[in-house]
Amino acid sequence: MSRHDENLHAAIPALLYEISRPGRRATRISAVAAREEVPETALPQALIRSEDEQPKLPEVSELDAVRHFTLLSQTNMSIDTNFYPLGSCTMKYNPKVNEVAAAVPGFANHHPLAPEWASQGSLAVMYRLQEMLAEIGGFSGVSLEPAAGAQGEFTGNLIIRAYHQSRGDAGRRKILVPDSAHGTNPASVSMAGYEAVEIPSDSNGNIDLGALKAACGDDVAGLMVTNPNTLGLFEEHLVQVTRAVHECGGLVYGDGANLNAILGIVRPGDLGIDLMHFNLHKTFSTPHGGGGPGAGPVGARADLVEFLPGPIVVRADPAAIADANRDQSTYRFHMPAHSIGRLKAFHGNFGVLLRAYVYISMHGAAGMRSISENAVLNANYLKKLVDPVFPVRFKRTCMHEFVANGAVHDGIATMDVAKRLLDYGFHAPTVYFPLIVKEALMIEPTESENRETLDAFAHALSEIAREATENPDLLHHAPHTTPLSRLDEVQAVRKLVLRYEHRQDERT
Amino acid sequence: MTFDSNVKYQESHEWSRKDGDFIVVGISDYAQDSLGDVVYIEHPEVGSMKKKGDPFGVVESVKAASDVYMPIGGEIVEVNTALDDNPANVNEAPFGNGWLIKVKPSDPSEYDGLMSSDDYQEYAKGLED
Repeated sequence: MSRHDENLHAAIPALLYEISRPGRRATRISAVAAREEVPETALPQALIRSEDEQPKLPEVSELDAVRHFTLLSQTNMSIDTNFYPLGSCTMKYNPKVNEVAAAVPGFANHHPLAPEWASQGSLAVMYRLQEMLAEIGGFSGVSLEPAAGAQGEFTGNLIIRAYHQSRGDAGRRKILVPDSAHGTNPASVSMAGYEAVEIPSDSNGNIDLGALKAACGDDVAGLMVTNPNTLGLFEEHLVQVTRAVHECGGLVYGDGANLNAILGIVRPGDLGIDLMHFNLHKTFSTPHGGGGPGAGPVGARADLVEFLPGPIVVRADPAAIADANRDQSTYRFHMPAHSIGRLKAFHGNFGVLLRAYVYISMHGAAGMRSISENAVLNANYLKKLVDPVFPVRFKRTCMHEFVANGAVHDGIATMDVAKRLLDYGFHAPTVYFPLIVKEALMIEPTESENRETLDAFAHALSEIAREATENPDLLHHAPHTTPLSRLDEVQAVRKLVLRYEHRQDERT
Repeated sequence: MTFDSNVKYQESHEWSRKDGDFIVVGISDYAQDSLGDVVYIEHPEVGSMKKKGDPFGVVESVKAASDVYMPIGGEIVEVNTALDDNPANVNEAPFGNGWLIKVKPSDPSEYDGLMSSDDYQEYAKGLED
C-alpha cells in the first residue's frame, strides 16, 4: 500500500472564534493615563454600545493568533512551498529583494497625498518604471494606474472608444476576440459598451486569418489579441492580423498576460499592437494572491498616449527647473490632455509598482531576455516529457506554456488528475482552459524551476497515469492528503458563504 | 451520450424542436456533458426579437460561462424560469425540462436548414478526434 492510500488528511486549524476565551488578549494599550499628563475621560454615554451591540470579536493571545495563521498558511500551497505550474498565471518566484525594497521606510511610510516636491523618490520610481515598460513593450507612453490585467483591458477598450470618438467615427460597435482569449477579454468589451465578436482558431492554433479578415469592416472598433496565445503558441500571422484590423480602421489591443515568453526578444508594439497591459504580478514577479493587489499598467502608441488614464509621471525639462521662479521638482504628475480619466485612487498599487521596478532593475536588459529564454526552454523540456502520457494538443514548439489533454483514460477526467497531483505535492495546473481544448490541462513551469523539479513533476504525472488504469478510484476520490477533499463546486457558486456567522450557542 | 432524433441541431450545440407554431430551444447532451455541472442560466427578455446566430443568453457551469446562440430568428415568447432554482435540469434532462427558450420564428423555413440528429452526431464525433 502506497502512502497515498492511507487517510492522511491534514487537520484544518480551529477558527479564531473556536479558540476564543473571554478576557484573552494579545496587546494592551499602554497606560498613558497613569502618566497623569493625559487625563482619562469617559466616552459620552450616547456613544457607548450595549452588550448586544458590541462586535463579537475573537479573544485570543498573541501566540494563539500567530499559531492560527501560521497553520492556516501551511494548509495552502504557494510558490515558496511547492511547484505551481498554473498555466496562464506565470507563478514565478517572487524574489525576496523585492520585499526588502518595498519595506524601506521612505517608500512604505510615504503618504499618497504628500506634495510632489516631497515625493521625488517615489515619483522617480514610477517614471523609470513607465520608461522601462515602454521600452520592453515598444510603446511611446505608459500609465501605471490600472490595478489589474482586467482593469487594463477595460482601460484599453475605453481608449479605443475615446480614439474613435475623437475622430468623429461613431459607427464602430464591435471588438473582435479570438476564441482562445481569456474570459476577461469579452467581459471587458461588454463593460466598455462594445459587442464582442468571437473569431475562431485555425487547425494550427493560430487566429483563423480568413475568418478575421471576413469579420473586419467599418463597424469594427478593434481587436483584442494575446500573444503568445493561451495555447502557449506564438501567433504566426500576427503581423497580417494587426494589418487587417488597421486597414479596416480598428485598433489592436494586446493582452499582456503571456509577455513572459517574449521579453527582450520581440516587442508587441513592433508587431502592430497599439495598446497593451502588462501584468506586473505575472511577468515582473510581484506577488499573486488573495485577489491582489496586482497591477496592469497600459502602454500606448504615440498618438494614443494622450488618452491614457492619469495622472502619469513626467520629468520636467532641466531648463525649466533652472528657472528660479519655478518649483524645483524634477518629477511631476501630469494628466494626459484627452485622458479617459482616473482608474484608481491615488497612483495605482504603488507597492506593486516598486517591486516590479526592483525586479526589472536587478535583471537589466540582458536579464530580461534570459528570463523568457529560460521560461520557453523549461516549457518545451516539460512538454517533451509530458506529451507521451498526456497528449499535447498542438505539436508545435511552444512558448512559455502548453496545453495537454488530462483525460488520460476512460472514466478519468482532467479534474481527477489535477486533484491527484495535490497528493504528490504539486499545485495543479490550470484546467478546462482554454475552452477550445477538450479536457485541457494547461501547464506553465516558468523560468524559476530547475530540471530536477520538472523531472519530478513529469514523473508524478506518469505515476498518476498508471494509477488511472490500475486504481481509478484513487483518482476519483483524490486528494487524500489535503484538509478537505472534493468540494461541492455547484453549491460554492450558488450559495456563496463569504463571512463567518455566529451560532446561537457560541460564547462571545 | 444521447442524440435526440426528434430535434434538429446547429454547430454551436443548441437543439431546436417544433412545438406547434413555436420552436423550443435547448443545449445538447454533448454540450451539457462538456460544460459540466450547470450553475446559472442568463435568460433573454421575453418579447425581444433576435436574429439567427444572435446570442440569447449564457449557460454558466463550474468550468465555463458560454453564450448560447439563436438557431432561428424570431421573438422570444417564453424562457424556462424553472432553471433559476434548478439549473441542474440542463445536465439531467437537456432535451426535456432543461430546455431554455421558446421562440416564435420569423421565418419557419430556417428550421429546415438545421442539422439532423445523424449529421450532428457525426459532427460531434469529429470534434472528439
